Amino acid sequence: MQDFAEAFRLAFQLVASGDADLIEIVLLSLRVSLSATFVACAIGLPVGALLAVSRFRGRGAALIVLNAMMGLPPVVVGLLVYLHFSRMGPLGFLGLLYTPTAMIVAQTILIAPIVAALSRQVLEDLFAEYAEQFRSLCLTRLQTVRALIWDGRYSLLTVGLAGFGRAVAEVGAVMIVGGNIDHLTRVMTTAIALETSKGDLPLALALGVILLTIALGVNAVVQSIRMSAERMAYA
Amino acid sequence: MLNRRNLGSLAAAMLLAGPAMAQDQSIIVQSTTSTANSGLYDYLLPIFSEETGITVNVVAVGTGQAIKNAANCDGDVLLVHAKPAEEKFLREGGGVERTDLMYNDFVIVGPDGDPAGVGGMEDVAAALTTIAESGAMFASRGDDSGTHKKEMSLWADAGVDPAAGSGEWYRETGSGMGATLNAGIGMGAYVMTDRATWINFGNKQDYDIHVEGDEDMFNQYGVILVNPEKCTNVNAEAGQTFIDWLLSDAGQDAIAAYEVDSQQLFFPNAPDM
Repeated sequence: MQDFAEAFRLAFQLVASGDADLIEIVLLSLRVSLSATFVACAIGLPVGALLAVSRFRGRGAALIVLNAMMGLPPVVVGLLVYLHFSRMGPLGFLGLLYTPTAMIVAQTILIAPIVAALSRQVLEDLFAEYAEQFRSLCLTRLQTVRALIWDGRYSLLTVGLAGFGRAVAEVGAVMIVGGNIDHLTRVMTTAIALETSKGDLPLALALGVILLTIALGVNAVVQSIRMSAERMAYA
Repeated sequence: MLNRRNLGSLAAAMLLAGPAMAQDQSIIVQSTTSTANSGLYDYLLPIFSEETGITVNVVAVGTGQAIKNAANCDGDVLLVHAKPAEEKFLREGGGVERTDLMYNDFVIVGPDGDPAGVGGMEDVAAALTTIAESGAMFASRGDDSGTHKKEMSLWADAGVDPAAGSGEWYRETGSGMGATLNAGIGMGAYVMTDRATWINFGNKQDYDIHVEGDEDMFNQYGVILVNPEKCTNVNAEAGQTFIDWLLSDAGQDAIAAYEVDSQQLFFPNAPDM
């Protein structure tokens, strides 16, 4: 139990002293995971919306596959991205292995299915409510999708947060494609893994406390955006 | 307010900022968890970068994975400790030349109570046999790393097949040196570790060194430039500069000067240039 008290003390000390290495790691974590979240939303929301409003043969099977992909193991995604970005791999010429970009790609692959599957469910429920209205307005499929995404935007924020939470918390993928290189690709989770392997458990735990606090902060910001937007909408 | 357009440009800006960071005068060194966990690079690399302006990025994985990554051309320099595997890597055209760089030694650590009663033994083969016969637990890396390869050869010398007790008294963690120490200490098992990682390890609890000093526990590190003819992406010039510096008097002195708790962790032994 002594470790916990020590961890909180250390966490506070690190933050209070504005430790330069810590700030760099935190900023990289946010940059990588927020970028991955934006790209995953750009891909996942339209896919989810299209699936929500379309009826085609094999749709049930497609939904099962998409839902199952929410459980992609990060370390497998990391390995797949490594094999593609490795110099000997098909995309090796890009020279992206061990860069933040490779980490963004891996996390995007990891969370795009989550965004697509959850938004599909949210938008399908919404679609059931509005289907008749859409039909009476004779909207095209594209217009329908846009109207649904716009109308469901607050629920979709939570979908985005679920994706961000998964991205910022995973270590398996970024460890393999980023390599945990100091001052280049070290993020919060790989730093925690490193300190654990050095046996510095209080510092590892302190970094964990800081990571949780950051996740809390991101969620609070999104929540406040949502609440003020809702107030404006109903004012 | 956030709208879709500035979200998009924000995302683009974040993506574009990525690759620009890893360019030109920087090299990637594929190396082992033992050298990285010992803190050696945190000490050496700033000195080297100050002198040459070359940034060295270290990827710390097991020796097996490091060699595999280098064979895939994902690095400029290989710095590991498993001579037979390194020589195989050279034979397959992966690297240019292997040079001895430094050494330290392996030790076997165990809990205060010393359940197998191996404390103070110098003959590592006898100590391993004693541990196996006592039924005390032994935690192995089990990850094809340099340390793991060394451990397996020591078991073979002792004439014990630990695989027979796998999952019972012989626990293969399949992870790095530090993680294996954490696991071994958690279950009260003996662990073979390189001395550098042990001295620098923060979670020792009631553990101490029980077996040390056998010549067979010698741990030689070698350094290899990844073959630029096979891997055209290799920054041969900067990589060779790094290797030359490590082997020079300045580099060797810097290695010798690295201490933790006033104990020297690595002993330079590069051949005279």
